[in-house]
Amino acid sequence: MHNFAYIRPTTLRDAAAQLGKEHGKVMLLAGGTDLLGEMKDDLRVPEKLVAIRQLRELQGIRPGRGGLRIGAATLLSDIAESAPVREQAPLLAMAAETVGTPQIRNMATIGGNLCQRPRCWYYRNNYPCFKHGGSVCYSVTGENEYHAILEGGPSYIVHPSDTAPALVALGATVRISTGGRERGVPIEKFFVGPRQDPARENILQPNEILTEIEVPSAPAGSKAVYVKEMVREVWDFALCSVAAMVTTSGGIVGDARIVLGGVAPFPYRALKAEAVLKGRRLDEAAAAAAGAAAVDGARPLSKNAYKVPLTQAVVTRALLSLA
Amino acid sequence: MATVTLTLNGDVRTASVPPETTLLRLLREEFGLTGSKLGCDVGDCGACTVIVDGKSVNSCLMLAVQADGRDVVTIEGLATMSRLHPLQQLFEDKGSLQCGFCGPGVIMSAKALLDENPDPSEQEIRDALAGNLCRCTGYSKMIEAIQAVARDGRGEPAKSAV
Repeated sequence: MHNFAYIRPTTLRDAAAQLGKEHGKVMLLAGGTDLLGEMKDDLRVPEKLVAIRQLRELQGIRPGRGGLRIGAATLLSDIAESAPVREQAPLLAMAAETVGTPQIRNMATIGGNLCQRPRCWYYRNNYPCFKHGGSVCYSVTGENEYHAILEGGPSYIVHPSDTAPALVALGATVRISTGGRERGVPIEKFFVGPRQDPARENILQPNEILTEIEVPSAPAGSKAVYVKEMVREVWDFALCSVAAMVTTSGGIVGDARIVLGGVAPFPYRALKAEAVLKGRRLDEAAAAAAGAAAVDGARPLSKNAYKVPLTQAVVTRALLSLA
Repeated sequence: MATVTLTLNGDVRTASVPPETTLLRLLREEFGLTGSKLGCDVGDCGACTVIVDGKSVNSCLMLAVQADGRDVVTIEGLATMSRLHPLQQLFEDKGSLQCGFCGPGVIMSAKALLDENPDPSEQEIRDALAGNLCRCTGYSKMIEAIQAVARDGRGEPAKSAV
């Protein structure tokens, strides 16, 4: 790793005051499980790291308006084990539990999980691709078995987060601070696709800090599940994952939220699959129809067509587990 | 340079290191505690596992400065001069290790588990070891050893040496 200046502020305001206007020069360090890997590979060479893991303003799981407020520096292991999260937003606990290893979950924060960079091997091997400011996605004509089947182009990375699909399904809001000013953004609008900005995966500006995630309680009568398909059985990033939340009344689906991870450059809301379920009884036929609708419009690359039936099956299986 | 003061295996220690120093390097190169191993250096293998404030972490993915003010326990903190920690003893008795490179990390993951959950199920043990790779022995003998320690209620650190 290259040398850098290390700053450990004691307040959010002091942390924000350290930040600049340029991406990558001054960077925030929370758990560091992703950033340190990037710095060891010289993907990021920041001049200054600002530690935020310890900031009081970013800690804890608290009751909020109609749900929970989770500080961005809360550890994934604390979220997975949290009684209020398991009660009010079990989908998030389930997703947090599937992230990495116990050691990673004991270091990594929810904010960092949402802001982590893609796992694409071209990106991680420092190819001058879109993510590094270039104008090529090497996966298109290269080794693309783990790349996007939905919403790809011009970059075909997949979003690696497990908590992101869960939080989109739950309709969470992220709070973003510049130190003095703070704003709330629906989490679906937090993530950006490569057509909007091929170099980045979210709207955070270099002088902004993700401070908190507001998670509404899962609606009454809802059931939810997070299913993650991996190359290794024990742990890995998702080949595809689905966060599904279905609300039924009298056996009929009133609302459904189906969000895919690992298949698109951002957490992909499968709106057509949601529409298929609404007003129906959740049975095998409905789950199969929703599975098919979830991958409607998929455009696989040369080596990842397997992800289409895989995703379809995972969505179907996830929904059946809620029936 | 940055000054790091931490509690290491019960003793308060201070070192001055460049900020880019990982906790693993601090342990191995500044404090000479080479039990924690450098394997993959990216958090995949778990050979560098230590316990910080009661939780297992990858010391290769934590900066030394991030451990400032915290309580760190490494494999060297388990045994006394006269007695192995029960986990170490049972790993030896059961032949749970061959080359042994993964051992310190595995034992620290097991210790973190037993400290929180003295009577884990086999699945809970497997989940706790999910972040530790062994490439020679396999995991069955390790799980047997951890179960034996749990059965004996011997997850606690060894009493001080006579």
